Amino acid sequence: MSLPRAWKEAGTLTLPVMFGYLPLGAAYGILAVEVGMPWWAALLMSLIIYAGAGQFLAVALLAAGAGLMELAVATLMLNSRHLFYGLSLLKRFQGAGWRKPYLIFALTDETYSLITTLPTEHGNDHGLAFRVSLLNQVWWVLGTIAGVLAGTTLAFNSQGIEFALTALFIVLTLEQARRLRRWLPFAIALGTGLGGVLLLPDRHLLLGAIGAASLILLFHYRLGRDREATP
Amino acid sequence: MSQSSLLVFIAVCAVATFATRIIPFVALARHADHPLILHLGRYLPPTVMLILVIYALRDFRPLLDGQFNTGATGWPMMAASLIVAVLHLWRRNALLSIIGGTGAYMAMVQSTIT
Repeated sequence: MSLPRAWKEAGTLTLPVMFGYLPLGAAYGILAVEVGMPWWAALLMSLIIYAGAGQFLAVALLAAGAGLMELAVATLMLNSRHLFYGLSLLKRFQGAGWRKPYLIFALTDETYSLITTLPTEHGNDHGLAFRVSLLNQVWWVLGTIAGVLAGTTLAFNSQGIEFALTALFIVLTLEQARRLRRWLPFAIALGTGLGGVLLLPDRHLLLGAIGAASLILLFHYRLGRDREATP
Repeated sequence: MSQSSLLVFIAVCAVATFATRIIPFVALARHADHPLILHLGRYLPPTVMLILVIYALRDFRPLLDGQFNTGATGWPMMAASLIVAVLHLWRRNALLSIIGGTGAYMAMVQSTIT
């Protein structure tokens, strides 16, 4: 595939993320400037931290005058769901060479979702995964720039556009179901997800649900092995 | 806050974020072919995907506090989600489903509030 076509393909794949990241990035940029951060610091965070909820949290902690230790612990807690993402991508990223450090750095919820749902003919296409990851960060950074530049004067009534990310997750869930044709992961997700909504405060919801789901999958794996072991 | 302490603040946040992303790759680099890792690689992505959907829709709690009670965006969110799912099962065109659902959602929330 020629280079422009390869980027065009990745661009089409990331379009839904663009609809979500541009307004969210702008919202982050506006917030950062409002709490008194210089524009370059807001932009730097989108370049070297690159975590949606993490950056909102960091801005809030900065505004509240939190200490470095508090910041480190809160960030680790909020982002620890990424630990589980890495677990399921160990094999996928094998042999990615020079692209691997960036693939790992840029592993947001949305990028993880896109990469693990790529059509099977792309099986281990590291180039495509790299282009998808990079474009997603480009959308996030462009959104941030729009936010810090335009500030609160952003005129376009874009209220509700962030639903694009919800829609993206719904579409990717349907695609995953089509491919796997097993009910187990979806039953586990319903149980842990709804359980999390009912029992956990917002900030622990994702980690709690994903952590519990990983544990259940671990038991499921051991159960399968025991069954194989007994004749 | 001085420039240098702001830079330290950002650096700490960047390192903590990157740590959560890279730890599995470093700690388990030699176990990529372990059957448990392959098992997780197969089942975890679809599980996470549905959890992310549930998380995104978490504000819809019609029976909050024991009475019929949803936020202004609760019903539009569920209606738009249904539109996304139906469009996708019908045409299986990801972009169409996402743009259709998001457009419908924006129309609904912007018209209820103004």
